[in-house]
Amino acid sequence: MAERHSVCPDSSALAAADLERIYRSLRLIRRAEEEVARIYPSDKIKSPVHLSIGQEAASVGICDALRADDVVAPTYRGHAAFLAKGASLRGLMAELYGKATGVAGGKGGSMHLIDMSHNVLGASAVVGTTIPVALGYALALKSMRSDRIVVSFFGDGATEEGVFAESLNFASLHKLPVLFVCENNHYAIHTPISRRWAAPRLCERVETYGIPAHAVEDGDVLKLRALTAEIVARLRGGDGPAFIECRTYRWREHVGPNEDYDAGYRPRADLKPWLDSDQVGRIGAMLAPDRRAAIDTEVEREIEDAIAFAETSPFPAIEALHTNVFAAH
Amino acid sequence: MSLPPTNQRLLTYVDALREAVAQEMRRDPRVFLFGLDVDDHKAIQGSTRGLVDEFGRERVFGTPLSEDAMTGVAIGAAMAGMRPIHVHIRMDFLMLCMNQLVNIAAKSRYMYDGQVKVPMVVRSMIGKSWGQGAQHSQGLHAMFMHVPGLKVVAPSNAYDAKGALITAIRDDNPVIFVEHRLLYFTDAYVPEEPFEVPFGKARICTQGDDITVVGISNMLVECLRAHELLSDIGISAEVIDPISLMPLDVDTIVESVRRTGRLLVVDNAWTACGASAEIVACVLERAQNGKPIKVRRMGYAATTCPTTPVLEREFYPDPARIAQAVHAMVRPDSKPWQPDAERAKLAYQARFRGPF
Repeated sequence: MAERHSVCPDSSALAAADLERIYRSLRLIRRAEEEVARIYPSDKIKSPVHLSIGQEAASVGICDALRADDVVAPTYRGHAAFLAKGASLRGLMAELYGKATGVAGGKGGSMHLIDMSHNVLGASAVVGTTIPVALGYALALKSMRSDRIVVSFFGDGATEEGVFAESLNFASLHKLPVLFVCENNHYAIHTPISRRWAAPRLCERVETYGIPAHAVEDGDVLKLRALTAEIVARLRGGDGPAFIECRTYRWREHVGPNEDYDAGYRPRADLKPWLDSDQVGRIGAMLAPDRRAAIDTEVEREIEDAIAFAETSPFPAIEALHTNVFAAH
Repeated sequence: MSLPPTNQRLLTYVDALREAVAQEMRRDPRVFLFGLDVDDHKAIQGSTRGLVDEFGRERVFGTPLSEDAMTGVAIGAAMAGMRPIHVHIRMDFLMLCMNQLVNIAAKSRYMYDGQVKVPMVVRSMIGKSWGQGAQHSQGLHAMFMHVPGLKVVAPSNAYDAKGALITAIRDDNPVIFVEHRLLYFTDAYVPEEPFEVPFGKARICTQGDDITVVGISNMLVECLRAHELLSDIGISAEVIDPISLMPLDVDTIVESVRRTGRLLVVDNAWTACGASAEIVACVLERAQNGKPIKVRRMGYAATTCPTTPVLEREFYPDPARIAQAVHAMVRPDSKPWQPDAERAKLAYQARFRGPF
């Protein structure tokens, strides 16, 4: 598919500090998830994890173009968006461990991350369900005359749910400040798009709702960031929703820490181009080697700290089973 | 029903609903109302009339036929600090909202451990008679009672309609608000000023010693008529309106049943896994160590609701059948009794004429 609205992918416009920040975010997500995968077989993490390894650029490219008070609504494959928005790695790790200090007190796990203090809305394990919730949040922001925007992340599978079409229509009708981001990793669990979509023209479908649609086919984080920055400016101006299809590739299995190229549903050859264009390595190579090394060290320290925090945190008290069923006045 | 001595006047159920929303919207700018056709000339059978004129289209607006997404929109707006009221002209349509209501609205407070709250009201109306049939007549409140995190309220009169709707709007949780089309015409003395009817507090409508009768939604009205028929033959029934089904005031019902030894629950719904089953089970669990308790449930026939009046009449409990069931429980050794057919008729049913 051709890119529908071209943007300048010129990375020279970015200062070294920008590149370092973007690299740090990419690297943190990659390494944190690799650590999750390493710890996983120990059974300390009793939560199904849907790793974003390979898909980090989608979250980082989008979130780096946002303000802190903008809102993101991640998916159950949401560690990347959660961290890219600046939410707490300690809170994430403790949540995976089921500890009281987790972002959801151990009651949500990997699939229900949330951090309202960083404007990360709660994730859902039911595909597509957070899309209209993001709209409602945007409707409220609009009614409060705010210029904050909401990003709704979802996968290619979610575009098949009826609620996706309903949401596009409503967002466009009410000119809501919503950026729809489809992380198209080509598989809904194990089923490829070729066996799910009658026509692979996602952006065209979206455009029929009067929503400008853009595709970024190569997962270029800088291209995605520049595109997002341009769109976000229009969203703040009240132009109504926009849509980005971000092509990407899931390196690991749908759920769990392993690779699954021997399962027969996708060949390892499909991974090759995505490995070659890996954004973590690519952006890292743009940095001065000493800066890159310093960031790597920092990232490792942050992850070690988060793991230690999760390991040493207490489990919730038994009474917590019954708290927060209802909000009390 | 005991009423506080305030500025009261006779008000219909439909006007009580409208007044509750209007007063809350005046009080709290975060309240907004939306749903399919809330802003058209029929105004949800009158219950939203005038709201667009007073509050404007930003706070009162119609929607596309997208119940799934619109429910999500209500949830998201509630999480952002608004207080949405999402209106459905029939409760059957809530089946299109189930994913959002059950998986998101009910669970967000818990699975996000208190980081968000979801203060929203889902208004829905149960239809009956004049061909409402299979998909415009269902009382589905039990489905929502089943799921932790949702509150369910089913007012049976104009006073509770206003007070419970105000309570629902002020509640910080999702509330499924169950209305009944036939009750829209009924009136009661209702205070002019805003007031709350607390959830989890049942009302003893008539006092009696022979049997406890719990009536849900419009079945409360039918139970009250049955109570009159039973009075004629010297049976005194204590009729209780639970008003809110979740939370449920089991205490009031148990206290009554301990005295009467008999419990009949009449629901405007099926009995299988229904509110009537829940109420009977709760009472028996609590009161089984005392004297033996006789229980019975009445509700829809175990069929889909038919449209033709001849069959539809048989589908629902009615005052005569409720009174006969009570008679059989209280005087099991007497021969069957036939209440006066004219006295068993309910005015609010006779008033409803088609076309719909």
